[in-house]
This record gives sequence, structure tokens and C-alpha cells, in this order.
Amino acid sequence: MEFFKIRRDIPFMRHALVLNIVSLVTFLAAVFFLFSRGLHLSVEFTGGTLIEVSYSQPADLEAVRGGIAKLGYSDVQVQNFGTARDVLIRMPAAKGVSSGQQSEQVMAMLKTLDASATLRRSEFVGPQVGDELAVDGLMALAFVVGGIMIYLALRFEWKFAVAAIIANLHDVIIILGFFAFFQWEFSLPVLAAVLAVLGYSVNESVVIFDRIRENFRRLRKLDTVAIIDNAITSTISRTIITHGSTQLMVLSMLLFGGPTLHYFALALTIGILFGIYSSVFVAAAIAMWLGVKREDLIKGGAPKRGETDPNDPNAGAVV
Amino acid sequence: MNRYPVWKYAIIVIALLVGAIYTAPNFFGEAPAVQVSAAKTGLKVDPATQSRVEAALQEAGIRPEAISLEVGSLRVRVDSTDTQLKAKDAIQRALVKDAADPDYIVALNLLPRTPGWLSALHAAPMYLGLDLRGGVHFMLQVDMQAALSKKAESLAGDLRTVLREKNVRHGGISRNGQAIELRLRDAATLAAAKRVLLEQFADLQTTETQEGSDFKLSATIKPQAARLVQEQALKQNITTLHNRINELGVAEPVIQQQGLDRIVVQLPGVQDTAKAKDILGRTATLEVRMVDESVEGRAAEAGSGPVPFGTERYPDRSGQAVIVKKQVVLTGDNLTDAQPGFDSQTQEPTVNLSLDAKGSRIFKDVTRENVGKRMAIILFEKGKGEVVTAPVIRTEIGGGRVQISGRMTSTEAADTALLLRAGALAAPMEIIEERTIGPSLGAENIDKGFASVTWGFVAVATFMCVYYMLFGVISSVALGINLLLLVAVLSMLQATLTLPGMAAMALVLGMAIDANVLINERVREELRGGASPQAAIHTGYDRAWATILDSNVTTLIAGLALLAFGSGPVRGFAVVHCLGILTSMFSAVFFSRGLVNLWYGSRKKLRTVSIGTVWRPDGQVPAKVD
Repeated sequence: MEFFKIRRDIPFMRHALVLNIVSLVTFLAAVFFLFSRGLHLSVEFTGGTLIEVSYSQPADLEAVRGGIAKLGYSDVQVQNFGTARDVLIRMPAAKGVSSGQQSEQVMAMLKTLDASATLRRSEFVGPQVGDELAVDGLMALAFVVGGIMIYLALRFEWKFAVAAIIANLHDVIIILGFFAFFQWEFSLPVLAAVLAVLGYSVNESVVIFDRIRENFRRLRKLDTVAIIDNAITSTISRTIITHGSTQLMVLSMLLFGGPTLHYFALALTIGILFGIYSSVFVAAAIAMWLGVKREDLIKGGAPKRGETDPNDPNAGAVV
Repeated sequence: MNRYPVWKYAIIVIALLVGAIYTAPNFFGEAPAVQVSAAKTGLKVDPATQSRVEAALQEAGIRPEAISLEVGSLRVRVDSTDTQLKAKDAIQRALVKDAADPDYIVALNLLPRTPGWLSALHAAPMYLGLDLRGGVHFMLQVDMQAALSKKAESLAGDLRTVLREKNVRHGGISRNGQAIELRLRDAATLAAAKRVLLEQFADLQTTETQEGSDFKLSATIKPQAARLVQEQALKQNITTLHNRINELGVAEPVIQQQGLDRIVVQLPGVQDTAKAKDILGRTATLEVRMVDESVEGRAAEAGSGPVPFGTERYPDRSGQAVIVKKQVVLTGDNLTDAQPGFDSQTQEPTVNLSLDAKGSRIFKDVTRENVGKRMAIILFEKGKGEVVTAPVIRTEIGGGRVQISGRMTSTEAADTALLLRAGALAAPMEIIEERTIGPSLGAENIDKGFASVTWGFVAVATFMCVYYMLFGVISSVALGINLLLLVAVLSMLQATLTLPGMAAMALVLGMAIDANVLINERVREELRGGASPQAAIHTGYDRAWATILDSNVTTLIAGLALLAFGSGPVRGFAVVHCLGILTSMFSAVFFSRGLVNLWYGSRKKLRTVSIGTVWRPDGQVPAKVD
């Protein structure tokens, strides 16, 4: 089987401007939603109590809400989780009520409403922990961005490093934008998914850059735009197949992983799809706007070297 | 060119063998077991205990599958949950004489059913996290500021005593937060006080200020000393927690330090959070009371008379009764520290107590009036009192420094000091995170994680086999080996597997196939370019390697960041993620090449390679001469 029977180089860069504007608009929309709606942070970040209760019959959410309101808690969210029989209750941290007292109170109340209520899990997070997690999360993001930029700058050149990181941060912001727009719950596993996808999709850009470098060396007559087009065309099959395989795994998590892994898999899905888009259309285009030249990548200028020599140590990877 | 030397195949065989051995324990499941551990500090679980347990089981007609003695606990594995309950009862009857005050904790547990020969190789199944097996998790924050204030209080007391001994006249010592303030009238006493501080209080650093004609010397705890105080406070709280959790009868509690001022407590299988919290949050209290030395009191102590009015009877640690007055002289709040030590003259082991200012004053009065009498220090826990020590007062004791000596071994002194400190928990703790996972949810999480990995794997493998034919089959086998090695490494490290960890496993498999796609695409491209099959395989693998390395480095950077900054669930994810990337480099490149070499390498006149369609833009079929 072969999905990609491409006869001529696809002129990706001809549409670079339009696509980049599309990217910019999506990006700005994501930023807008991030600021206007904000992320729906999980209890881990905000502090508070989370209780998951399961009933033998579909649960009466109104009764649960009413019962909790009688206990004197406000700002409590009650919703179904997974099935109609499971209920998830989120309560903000209350002053004066220590740690798990909240969950005990609520459970006792729920038992009086319906004896079949059983506690599946409860979580209490103090406010001091939440702040720390947010700081740690940002630190991790900074570390990943810094680490990848340094690696790419050493491996290629700063223009590529900048282009790759912009392209992939744009993915991250868009994932966050989705979470803000739909008010999906942003939890620690989602943060892990975002960072993992950042590391994963950067290598997509790496593959294309590798090919661009090789083309600069091999195809001396072509201009930069044609070289980039050729590089993207010849790697597109691999890009889509690898991401497709990874997506198969993620799909399996989405379908079989249950509600706990749902948003984790969702974040990965968005990340993978936008990862393909951004490394094909954004990263290379930014490198082009930044003005990559043949001289940037082939230092020393000895033109004969590496032209046909497969053992050239500077040849880089080709796919 | 596509042949591996024998040693490379040897590496592959060894890796597979080791992988299979260490993965194997995960498939044997768990068997019910009974676990015995000591409930009191002085007791040990040793071969003698084992023979008592064996005798008890034999008497009850229970034949255990295995009995193993490990550090601090004895585990008896049985065949069914029915026998488990019977065995527990039998052991309980044999070992625990008094249910209200047990010597041993007999708990139900689940033990891996790993065969003996695997255990001998230290192969054990992965440890399942709380989200997979159910239980409670607490994170406690130790109030270090309180610990430091307490230390400052104790040092202030010491300073008062020493200055009096040295005849340095001061205008008052007070504690202001964590600083000790000393007022002095003139420059000469200031110099003297500073000298004393320099010589005898290495833990303090001083700053001086002048207020009118007076001088004020302000001493604070040095950062190194403060760090030591915090470490001690944390260690002591952990010890205290250990002792308390033992009562819960949890089979495998985890009590760990996290960061500088936090303690994580995990109790697998415990569902009753209220009780667990009650025990964690309970403070033992310490009271100092006078012993009733009257004739009636003595008689009651000997057991020959009733307990006199206004007194109570408490046992000491050897069970001997002590009759003490109801009136409380001091409580643990006034005790700032208790350390084992040695008497400078007699070289006898001692326990040295430090009291705060108020405690010192009361203590001085009480000791002056009661020279020659006994004073009992009683530890109350769970509403039960136990006399830790009841020494005779020899002289009036001022200055808040109390030394208890006489007929003690140094171990006893250390134990007593520990008990006294436990009574005055080094620093208050607060629960800042709490998680409860019901057992049904845990089991469901395992199933869901397992299903995700399985179905994802099947989907990817099917696609690879259809798209790349034999090379796809090889890639799928390599992917399977990756999973095998990953589970083996996790089992070897005894890493804790959580649901995010299982998600990472699925994700890493999805990412690992990337390497094989790179290789297969490259081989196809070489074939498309007209290379001979053998050459195509060779260059395909060689060229793809650099890209694979690149992509793994960037993914690894993200994994390491998560490992460094993540906590809890993220850490579980990161560990599996990082290890998976490393094992994938071995399986996807080294191992799959081995298979390809084995299959094609020895054929000199290889004409076709089974790698699916090699399509060419010009419509030609590549050099196929069939």
C-alpha cells in the first residue's frame, strides 16, 4: 500500500502567507479565549474538594445540589461523570473547615438522601499546593522550551530553533485555547499531555529542517522556496503516517480509557493534529521569513563535500 | 552488509531473556496473605515469632503456601480468602494476648504469587499506585516556623541558665518570634554576654543595637542550625506517624519525606479516612505529676491496697503500677526538647529535658518542695496513660534543664527521649492534600488502562502489517518487545504504576512506532531510487538513525522536564515516558535490524523485499526480476 503518490513538489510556500494568517487568527482567538474565559482549572490547581459518588440508579442531581446547599456550601458544581449513575461534586476550599471534613459531611448527607451512594474517590487539595503546581507547571514549560531551543540551535541554527519553537508554542496555545473555549477541565495529566506533545511535535520540524539542510546541499540550483517545498513534499508521507499511528494509540485511550483519561487523550489529539499542521505550514514558513540561506547551514563553503558522499558526517538525517 | 556479528545477537537474546524474566512476575497475580508486624518499638519479628506463627497455624489445621520473614514483618501466604481469615484469627489468638493493647499487628494483605525461583532473582511485579489499587493518600505539611520558635524558646532557657552560672547580669531575656532578645546595662556585660554566646551557643548568631544607655543583643538561629532543627522535626514527625499508623494494621504503608517540610502518607486498601485522619492528627500528650509517696500510695503500688482518693494508677513500661496524684504539674507544651546524653561525671546514660520559661519556673518551685520524692512523666495516647519514667528528685532544679539518670542503658535513654519527644510532637502538622480512591474504581482503572494499551497496540500493529507487509510485522514485533522491556525495567526498578503511567505506556508505544515508520519509509525511498534491496536496507537503517536520535532527544527533554518539575500523577507519567523512549531506541532500531538481518541478511541474491508498494512517479516498477 502507498497513500502518497505525489508526482510533483507541492508548492506549500506559495500559500505560506495565507496559512500563516490563518494560524495567527487561530492563535489570537486562542489567546483571546484564554484571557476572556480562562482555563477551567481542576481542583489540583485551585485547591478545594472533589468527590466522586456512584449510585445504583441514575442520580438525581437536583436533590444532590439541594442537599449540599443546605450544608451551607456555595459555588458547588454537581455534574454527571462518565455515566448517569456517577456524580462528580466540586467544592471550593472553605475557610474554617479542615481538609477532608467537607467530603465526610457531604458523604453523610448523600447517604441520607440515597442509601446506595458509595464514595468512589475524593480529593482534597489545600490552596498552598495549587499555587505550587501552577508555578511548577510553568517552570516545566520554560525548561522544555529552553531545552529544545538550545538543542536545535546546536543541531541546526538559531533561525530554525526560533521557528520550531514558535510553531510548537503556537500548538500549545491552541490546545489551551480549546480547553478555555469549551471549558474542559485542565488537570495535571492534561498539563503532562501538553508538554509531551510539545516535545513530540518538535521532532516533526526537525525532520523537515534536516531535509531542508540536505536539499541546500544537494539541489544547488533551486531557490530557498523550492527547496523548502521539496523538503516538505518528500517528508509528508512519513509525517502523516507517524502521527497517524500515534493518533491510533491516543484514539484507543479516548475510547477505552474512561473519563479519567478523557481530557488527557483529547489534549493529545488536538496537539497531534495541530502538530502536523504547524510543522508543515508554520515552522518552515517562519524559517523562510527569518531568511534562512544556504550559507547558514553549510558552513565552511566547501561545495564538493557532501554532495554525494553518504558518509558525510554533516549530512544529517534524511527521510 | 546486513549481517550482525554473533555478539549482537547475543545481546538481543540476553535482553529478551532478562526482559521476559522480569516481566513474568506481573502475570502471576496476587494471593491472599496475613502479615504480622510488631506494634511496639521494643518488639521484633524474628524466627522465634515465625515458629510461634507456624505452630499456631498447624494447630488450626491451616497449611500456608509460603511463609517469608522480611525486615520488620512476617508474611504468610495462603490459598484462599477463607483460609486467610482463619489464619488471621489463629495467629491473632497466638500472638495477641490483650486486644486493647496488642504486641503485634496482624493484618490482611495481598501478596504477589511470584514463584520462588523468580523471587530468588529479585524479580517482582510492578507496584500498583493508589489509583489502581484503592486506598488513601495524605500530604502533610509540617509547620517549621513553630518548630523553630520552640527551638528558640529552648535556647533562651539555656542562655538564662548559662548567664547565671557565669554571673553575667542582664536586664531580661525574652523571645520575640524566633529571635532571643537580651537586654544589657553596659558595654562590659555586653562583651561578657557575647563571649558566652560565642563559646557555648554555636547555633546562634548575634546582632547588637543600642537603646539609650542600654544595649540590646539579639540572637537568631544560624541558617545551618535552623536546617538541622527542621530536619530533626521532620524525622521525628515521621517516626511518630510510623508508630501511629502501625495501629491501623495497614499492610504496606508508605510514609515518606517530600521536599523540605512535607510528609506523604499512603495507606493502600484503607477506606476509612475518618479513622486514618483521626490517628494521623492525634497528638499524644505528656504530663508531669508527682508520685503519691504516702503509705496508702505505696500499698496501692504494691497491689495490697486500694488506690487512694485523689490519685490514679498508671503502669510504667514494664507493667509495674505507679500511683500518681491527679494534679498536673507540667504538660508537654512546656517541654521544648528531650535528648539522650551522658552524665559528664558518672558517664551514665541520661535523658536531658529542656523546659520553656514558664515550665522552668514551675519546675524550680516543685523540685524545691519535693526533694527526695518521685516525679512521674506520663505519656497519654489513645486516652491511655503510660509512665515513661519516674525519677527521684535529688535537688532543686532551676533554669529549665532537667537531667534524668540512673539505671538506664543508652538504648533505653534514646527510647525514652523519643517517647518524650513524641509526646510533644516536634512541630504541628496540617493535612494539605488528601485523596481517597475506592477499590472498585482502582480495579476499573486497571481495566481501562489495560484496554487502552491493548487496543491501541492492536490497531497500530494491524496498520503496520498491512501497509509495510513483512517489515510491518517486524516493526510490530519490535513494538511488542518495547512493551516487554519497558514493563521489565519498571518491575526491576519497582516503580509505582499509576493510571497516568499506563497512559504514558500507550503514548510511548504510539511514539515509538515513529522510528520504524522512519526506517521503513527510508528503505522504500532507497528502493524507489533504484538501490538494490540489500543496499536499501542498509542505507535505510543508517540514514534514519540520526533522525530517530533527534526526535527522541526532543521528546526526552520534555520527559525530563516533567520528571524534574512534576509531582504526583505527572511524575508517574514522566518516569514511564522517559524509560519508554530509552527502551524504544533499543527495540525499534537495534532489535528490528536484527530481525531484518536474520531474515534477509544471508540471502546473497535478494531481489525483492516485502515492504509493501514501492511506488514510482514515472510508473515503472522498481528493478524486480522475478
